[in-house]
Parts: sequence; structure tokens; C-alpha cells
Amino acid sequence: MRREAPKTVADYTPLFFPGFMLVIFFVVPFSTMIVVSFFKRDPAGFYTPDFVIDNYARFLSVFFGSVLGFSLVLAIIVALCCVAIAFPFTYLLTRCPRRVQTLWLVGLLSVLSLSEVIIGFAWSTLFSRTAGITNLFVALGLMEQPVALLPSFGAVLTGMVYQALPYTILVLYPALVRLDPTLLEAARTLGASPLLAFFNVVTPALRNTIVATLIMVFVFALGSYLLPQILGRPQHWTLSVLITDQAIYQSNMPFAAAMAVFLVLISLALVGMMLLVGRKENAL
Amino acid sequence: MTALRRFYFTLVALFLAAPLIVVAGVSINEKQELTFPPRGFSMSWYGQIFTDPEWRLALIHSVTLAVCSAAIAVAIALPLAWFLWRRIAPWANIFQVLGLAPFILPPVITALGFLTFWATVGLFGQFFTAIVSHAIFFVTLPLVTLSLGFASIDRSLVEAAATMGADDRTVLKTVVLPLILPYLVSGYAFAFVLSLNEYIVAYMTIGFTTETLPIKIFNALRYGYTPTMASVSVFFVAVAALVFGSIARFGDIRRLLGAMGSDGN
Repeated sequence: MRREAPKTVADYTPLFFPGFMLVIFFVVPFSTMIVVSFFKRDPAGFYTPDFVIDNYARFLSVFFGSVLGFSLVLAIIVALCCVAIAFPFTYLLTRCPRRVQTLWLVGLLSVLSLSEVIIGFAWSTLFSRTAGITNLFVALGLMEQPVALLPSFGAVLTGMVYQALPYTILVLYPALVRLDPTLLEAARTLGASPLLAFFNVVTPALRNTIVATLIMVFVFALGSYLLPQILGRPQHWTLSVLITDQAIYQSNMPFAAAMAVFLVLISLALVGMMLLVGRKENAL
Repeated sequence: MTALRRFYFTLVALFLAAPLIVVAGVSINEKQELTFPPRGFSMSWYGQIFTDPEWRLALIHSVTLAVCSAAIAVAIALPLAWFLWRRIAPWANIFQVLGLAPFILPPVITALGFLTFWATVGLFGQFFTAIVSHAIFFVTLPLVTLSLGFASIDRSLVEAAATMGADDRTVLKTVVLPLILPYLVSGYAFAFVLSLNEYIVAYMTIGFTTETLPIKIFNALRYGYTPTMASVSVFFVAVAALVFGSIARFGDIRRLLGAMGSDGN
């Protein structure tokens, strides 16, 4: 059966259900959100229809600016940490026997699928005074007495790197596993040590993959909404936390929607950039 | 190099496992206290998941949500992936983009989209809204695995069947479906596990009326500590490891994650 263009209406039948579901339950909600971002807040209910740009005008405040700045900087740091750890790791993993790879992939998927609630709870336990890692340091004689390591910026960063690391590895995996082995063989034949070959051959060859992964992890980290709440102080709250907070606790849905639209625009711009980088790589 | 690799792998493994080890440790504490290493040994906190009415209800909600939403996600993804494989219709790719978008955007956005939508149509808070929302949110996973599955079908097999006189329906039933069944199952499993763990979409759709397990853990976390949180977390890790382990055992997880032609070498 070759691929052929659909001829009759009947040929389109398989599209009906998926098309219906995706349009009604994704396109419509998304559009509703954009529309609501121009509505007025109604403290008693959800919102009142209107057309105001106040919700967007609030972006110009110092408070919003600092939250946005903090979110972006935090996501950049998380992306850099994750790729720095994951790139050499994934490279080494793809050189392992298949059984070892499979075992790691199962473990990574299990950690990746963990709820942010569980990751937050697990790290808050590990950083706590009574059950935390400092007890181990005390036992080893490195510290006088156990202390709580949270809430702090370090705790937020650790939790977010933990959350994004399996994702980073799994994003890098396809590119690295398909890396042409003759590249490396050539480098080794010409006398490069494994380390030198890694830094001078593998890394430059995958430069664009690294950039694309950085962007993907950045967008992923932007979406973190619970870890800054559980592991950090209010000044560590990110845009995602603020959106949840406005929508649920301040019941200001229009403002939350405006922030969400803004976050979509940032994410889309970055994804677009990533596609551009990817296209360049294919053209080469 | 080997020693260096072993050292590096150990570090990463420790980082990934450390919080889970501590959680597993506190989950067997005898008394209701947050200490590690655990004092005493008790499995009663695991029993609590099933005996405590509130936790049990949350478990039932979560499992119902995951079972139903993953099924709908597959029901959306299967015809779509089949159509994209069978027909040449470039504009239909828009549906593929729509299927991938909810997963790539920050989850808060999708969640807020659902919240405004269900609030606007006046169904906010009903349990089925969470099922539909999760189905859309996770449709990406079966869509990706099924697209991989269709791409792996040798088209000459299908052509042979067609030459022998099988119509579309027969080909689909006797050739295509058996070949993509492993991908269908993995797609379902991925969606199931992620739905089980999902917090923000569930919270924004039904969080005020119903508690799923992640919502219950978060609510419990705000009012202090109970060891049941730890045992539920361990339970979740075990379910995920079991599901992904089975996929690896009965399928080719490396191929699913992007290693092409790994059957060959």
C-alpha cells in the first residue's frame, strides 16, 4: 500500500476524532486564555468580559521585572549545569554495552516521570535538619551539628537540575547514539587520546545539538512551578509560580492569562530559534 | 578512561538516587517522625496508602484518571498517526504540531488554558474534565511512539497483503495493528505513568473538589510531614520502574528513545 493523497471524504474519516479533540480541547482553550488575558478581573467570580490592556501594562512594574529576570537567569543556569553534566555522561553512555544502556534508560525514565511534588518532597527531606545529608557530614566528622539547607537558592537550583537532568540526557541521547563512529576512529588513528578526541572532535561536531539542547532544557526549566515554592523563599519564585499563584490564590485569572501568553511568546521564540539552528545543521 | 567513566557514572547515579534513598529510608520509620537513618522498622506507612480512607480515595482517583486519560490519548493518536503514515496530506501535519505542542510548552500554560476553558463553559471541577485535559496534555507520547512504529513498518509487507486482495480494513487489522502493537502499548504506558504523576493540570482542573495522589502529597506537605508521603513516593518510583522495565524487557527501549536500527547491531 503506497502513500496516496486522500480522494474521497471517507478517506479523511480517521482525522475526524483526533482533529475534533485537538481543536475543541487544545486550540479553543488556548484561544480562550488569550481572550481572557484582555478581560477584567472579577473578584467574586473568574472574570468579566471587557477589552483592557491593564493586565499587560502590569508587566512594566519593578516587581514583575525582577521575577522575570530571576526566572530567566535561573533557567539559564539550570540549562548550563544540565548540559555540562549530561553531555559527557550521554556520550560515555552511548559507548556502553546495550544492556548497560537499557538499564540506565529505564532508571532515567523513572526519575523523569516523577511528579514535581515528589522531587520537591524528596529534596526537602534530603536538605532537612533531621533526616538530611548534613547528618552524614556530622557522622563523618566534617560538621559540628546537622543544619537545614533549605529554603535557599542552592536548594532550588539542585532540585531543578535534578528534575531536568534526565530530560537533558534523553534529549541528547539520539544525537550521540547516531554519531558517526568513524569520526572518532579517525581521531584516534591520528593519535588523539580519548579525552582529546572528545573535546576536539565530538564536541565541535555536535555544537548545534548542544545549542538546541540548551534551549530545550531552558524552556523545560522555565516550566518548573513547584520546586521554587517547596525549596525556596518567596524571592526565588519564578514566572510559572507567579502564574499559578495569581490564577489560584489571588483569583486574578486575566492577569495570570496575560503572563501565560507572555511565557508562550518567550518559549515560542526560543523553540523557533532552536528549529533555525537545527535547519542549519541539516544544511551543512 | 574506564576508571574515569566508572567514577563519573557513580557520581551521576548517586545524585539521581540520593533523594530516593532518603525517602525510602524515612518511609520505614517506626514512629511518625522525619529521621534518617530510620529508627525502628515498620511497613505500616505502606499499608496506610490502602487503608487510610483519604489516601485510598486519592489513589483511586489517580489510577482512574491515568487509566482513562491514557486510553483517550491513544484513541486520539492512533488514527492520526495512521492517517499521516497512509496518506500524503501535508496540511494534516498541523494536527501533528497540535499534538506535540501541549508537551513542549511550559505545563503551567496548558494547565491555565484548561482552567479558563472549563471555567468558561461552566464545567469547572468535574472529574471528567481532568481526564480529557490529561488525554490532550499527554497525547504527544503515544503520537511519538506510534509514529515511530508506523515508520518502522516495511511497506512491502503491506503492499504484498494489498496485492493478495486485502482491502484497507483487512490490512489494518491483520498486518498493521499487530506490527505496531508494541508501540501502542508503550505509548499507553508512557501516558499512564506521566498522568499518574502529573500535578499542575490536575490541580487547575479538579484541585478544588478532588484529590489525586500528587495533589494529596502537596496538600499534606503544606500542613506538615506524614510518613505516608514518603511511602507513596516510593510506591510511585516502583510503579514507574516496573512499567519502564517491562517496556525494556518486552520491547526495544533504546529504539523508542531514538537509537535507530538498534535491532540490527
